[in-house]
Amino acid sequence: MNFQMPDFSLALPELWVATMACVILVVDLFARGRESAPAFYLTQLTLLVGIWLAIDAQWGRDAVTFSGSYVADNLAVVLKVAMMGLGLLAFAYSRDYLRQRDLLKGEFYVLGLLGILGMMVMASAHSMLTMYLGLELLSLCQYALVAFNRDSRMGSEAAMKYFVLGALSSGLLLYGLSMVYGVTGSLDLGVIREAAAGVGAQNIMLAFGLTFVVVGVAFKFGAVPFHMWIPDVYQGAPTAVTLYIGTAPKVAAVALFMRLIGEGLAGLQEHWELMLVILAVGSLAVGNIFALVQTNMKRLLAYSTISHVGFLLLGFIAGTPEGYTAALFYAVSYSLMAAGAFGMVILLSRRGFEAEEVEDMKGLNDRHSGFAFIMLILMFSMTGVPGTVGFYAKWLVLKAVIDVDMVWLAVVAVIFAVIGAFYYLRVLKMVYFDRVEGGEALQAPAGLRVVLAGNGLAVLILGIFPDSLIAACAAAFGS
Amino acid sequence: METVYLAIPLAPLIGAIVVGLFGKTLGRSVSHWVAIAAVAVSTVLSFIVLREMLWGGGQPYNDTVYTWMVLGDLRFEVGFLIDRLTALMMVTVTSVSLMVHIYTIGYMHDDSGYQRFFSYINLFTFAMLMLVMANNFLQLFFGWEAVGLVSYLLIGFWYQKESAVFANLKAFLVNRVGDFGFLLGIAAVLMYFGSLDYQSVFQSAQASPDMTMSIWGDAEWSVITVACILLFIGAMGKSAQAPLHVWLPDSMEGPTPISALIHAATMVTAGIFMVARMSPLFELSETALSVVLVIGAFTAFFMGLIGLVQNDIKRVIAYSTLSQLGYMFVGLGASAYAAGIFHLMTHAFFKALLFLGSGAIIVALHHEQDMRRMGNLRKYLPITHITMLIGTLALIGTPFFSGYYSKDIIIEAVGHAHRAGATFAYWMVLLGVFVTALYSFRLYFMVFWGEERIDPHAKEHMSHLPRYVMPVMEWPLILLAIPSLVIAWFTAGPVLFGGYFGDAIFVAPANDTLAELAGHWHGPVAFGLHFWASPAFYLALAGFLTAWFLYIKQPGLLPAIQSRGRLLYEVLVRKYGFDWLWINLFGGVGRGLGRLLWRVGDVTLIDGLIVNGSARTVGRVAGVLRHLQSGYLFHYAFAMIIGLLVLLTIFIGQWRGWFA
Repeated sequence: MNFQMPDFSLALPELWVATMACVILVVDLFARGRESAPAFYLTQLTLLVGIWLAIDAQWGRDAVTFSGSYVADNLAVVLKVAMMGLGLLAFAYSRDYLRQRDLLKGEFYVLGLLGILGMMVMASAHSMLTMYLGLELLSLCQYALVAFNRDSRMGSEAAMKYFVLGALSSGLLLYGLSMVYGVTGSLDLGVIREAAAGVGAQNIMLAFGLTFVVVGVAFKFGAVPFHMWIPDVYQGAPTAVTLYIGTAPKVAAVALFMRLIGEGLAGLQEHWELMLVILAVGSLAVGNIFALVQTNMKRLLAYSTISHVGFLLLGFIAGTPEGYTAALFYAVSYSLMAAGAFGMVILLSRRGFEAEEVEDMKGLNDRHSGFAFIMLILMFSMTGVPGTVGFYAKWLVLKAVIDVDMVWLAVVAVIFAVIGAFYYLRVLKMVYFDRVEGGEALQAPAGLRVVLAGNGLAVLILGIFPDSLIAACAAAFGS
Repeated sequence: METVYLAIPLAPLIGAIVVGLFGKTLGRSVSHWVAIAAVAVSTVLSFIVLREMLWGGGQPYNDTVYTWMVLGDLRFEVGFLIDRLTALMMVTVTSVSLMVHIYTIGYMHDDSGYQRFFSYINLFTFAMLMLVMANNFLQLFFGWEAVGLVSYLLIGFWYQKESAVFANLKAFLVNRVGDFGFLLGIAAVLMYFGSLDYQSVFQSAQASPDMTMSIWGDAEWSVITVACILLFIGAMGKSAQAPLHVWLPDSMEGPTPISALIHAATMVTAGIFMVARMSPLFELSETALSVVLVIGAFTAFFMGLIGLVQNDIKRVIAYSTLSQLGYMFVGLGASAYAAGIFHLMTHAFFKALLFLGSGAIIVALHHEQDMRRMGNLRKYLPITHITMLIGTLALIGTPFFSGYYSKDIIIEAVGHAHRAGATFAYWMVLLGVFVTALYSFRLYFMVFWGEERIDPHAKEHMSHLPRYVMPVMEWPLILLAIPSLVIAWFTAGPVLFGGYFGDAIFVAPANDTLAELAGHWHGPVAFGLHFWASPAFYLALAGFLTAWFLYIKQPGLLPAIQSRGRLLYEVLVRKYGFDWLWINLFGGVGRGLGRLLWRVGDVTLIDGLIVNGSARTVGRVAGVLRHLQSGYLFHYAFAMIIGLLVLLTIFIGQWRGWFA
């Protein structure tokens, strides 16, 4: 076997982020005192340059390198740009939150950046091994981030649960991958694709492997019944970390699904389709119904995530390029809304006070009508009200499943969306109609306000002009 | 020219937005200057357009300005059709609107909603211009609804007043009835002619005039007749024709400048304009024209009669407006479209004048509207008196006044018409002349002559006024009195007989009643001097004399007449029961049905059982299920394993063909 020199230039974005993560680690060591400001700005710079590199080096390509382990194509670019963009947003939100809680340390950025690196590797994975590598890198960073506030009992508990369950799911995934390898004799997803199509559903071993892989993916998404970690982790982690976990990794999960199942095991669609239907309906039901009784905002958003995952999975179930486009669009636009919603929790919190309860939203309109309006946009978007990006996200996935004649599934999804509207609107009712005695004016740093306002407006503007984002997502699937 | 066309409606729109949003900041005088300047721009440009049409050899302009959306073959567009009909309407609308704007400075002087008012009337001017300039049904409908909206807003301008709120709701609801027909008419046009554009609709209609549709059972209906009658129902709502007229008298709750602008001169004539615009359609349906003729004639006579028993000065003029709108429809129904439009124009001037004059009186008397507490006002309000006299003379059709030409031609035209209902219409409009003269001079004598019956309180108020009427209110009166007197001298010939409208109005040769009359037309002077040959003149004279006799010469006779004609009097005071019909019968039954459905259907079934019931169920389920999320790690892991097993079972089931 001849060793072939890989084309390093193709993997420039990952190399850049990896290098910079190390640089930041070192820089932060020497520039600790000033609230890790250099680390912050370097991180943001890294991501901005990374976005540019990803577009520049990989857009419009379709090349495989590193002996078939790494692929550069449009899908990879769109995923990476979304991941880094959301990372950028998450870091921008986090800074003031962490500063107020004395958590502002360079490690946050390094861990976050390495997590993004893991996601990027997943996005470009063209072998099961690369995929697993990226996934583990991401997961390990997340476990550490959840426990970032190590004096917090809840944070440690959440991290512990996350770690154990994550390890379990990793084990299941790995087991599944090994079975797939056993049948096809290759780690290369391109080879697996052809082999799987050839062997087909007749091979029970392959289909068994598929089931385990689906479980691994479902855990990453937090689809029911592999969702149990989500509420505890979302609640237990510092809000800034929740924001991080709740956004970009959703896009990474799309990458995981697309590379392993959507592309690699496309030949087994009739099998995974039905499994995903179970997962989707379960997520829609559990997510929406459980969210009704939550009083903690972060838990409410956690269950809301689960219900949105149910919607997102509809796009995969359709199994068409339009369906995948819709799912990717859903992941990106949902992440944007979730970032805004957690950002709102951060905004209302301050040192020594976590505005985590839904009740803390009361009277927001009296305190600051502008942010009340942002909250209105975000909640409307999560509900799927026209004029916000959430409407198009739902519309696209519903259209995708209707196009493949699964009208009943669309009807089920819409019914649960109606149930979901209740708790989103209840938040708005508190914002606009409930009065609080002595509600003080908002005290929040200017930077945070600007980011949040921009985020809310982006949800609105993308809801009015969604074409470019839809086109980008469609380009990822070659249409 | 396209820029000019765009600027004409947009100037008042910009004015409305600026004054509406920033009125409070700009202050009163800046606001009214902005509003007036905006309308003045439109007025001047409209005159330029008219001049271009008349002497500049301007060709009709018909083009799309903006495409809103395209649905298959259907295009939703904003476009202008500017021809001589449009130009005439634009000039009429903008010039009356300008007069009213100026007058408003005085009339609304002490009102707290000053800027709001200017914003509304600017908006109205925009909407009305969009309506008349439209080249397609969609934009027509937009303008139609927009003027309706502003009318609603302005009738209820004093929204603390219960009666004003009632009146604006009434206007809105009655117009909905008309709009229902209008919308169905547009839908029929779209369905059978496949387009919303005037020109292509007219062409398809001319190409296939005998198309039929079956609405009910096997009976075949002419598409054009159905469409025209439906469109005309819309016109009946907007132009207040019986039985959809009930909103107009109540609309007098709005400020008087609005009564002049919207409820006399412009908006209510939208129906007339629409029918004239659609003349290529209406000409194809003898039946539809007969309907127009009969409804118009009925309104012209019977609504005029109600005017005889009203005591509120504005309501007398309002009933007069109803009656005059009836005349215009009679003109249209007799295929004398030009005569209808011509009467629309002359009426716009003298009716606006009468309303603004009554507004001046009302302000001078400290918001007194009851004519029984007026009398002998010519002493205090000389200019108002003279101008209102001119308006009154024009209204009753005194020779040489503008109303004489327009009304007499309508009467003659309907006399020459041959379609079903023409005889009835002829007698109605002829007798209507007597009624018109009677109620007009009744008003005139009660207000300006006779003994002074002014309320002491109002008298007290008057003694504090430096001037009874502000100059800013008098100038519009004078400026409107001039066209009321003279406008027909220059325009009657070309508009009625000279082919002014060209292709803008289509009349089938067999129906062309005006052409038959053209032989008798030897110029305005000859026509004026020929008054002795017209029965209308004697009827008008009789009306005048009756009014003079009853209100000046022998005022004591009135109570005796009232008690003799008790029954007739009661019928008139109750307005033939139309109000009762709408409010109690239709309104009452509708509300009763609504309440029943609300109680049973909505509250019990939908809200109680379905919405709240399912919400309660979901809530209960959620309350139970939440215990599944126990917080124990091993429960979580267990759930995952169960999930895996379920998926594996499904897979095996599929493999074994359980689900096949």
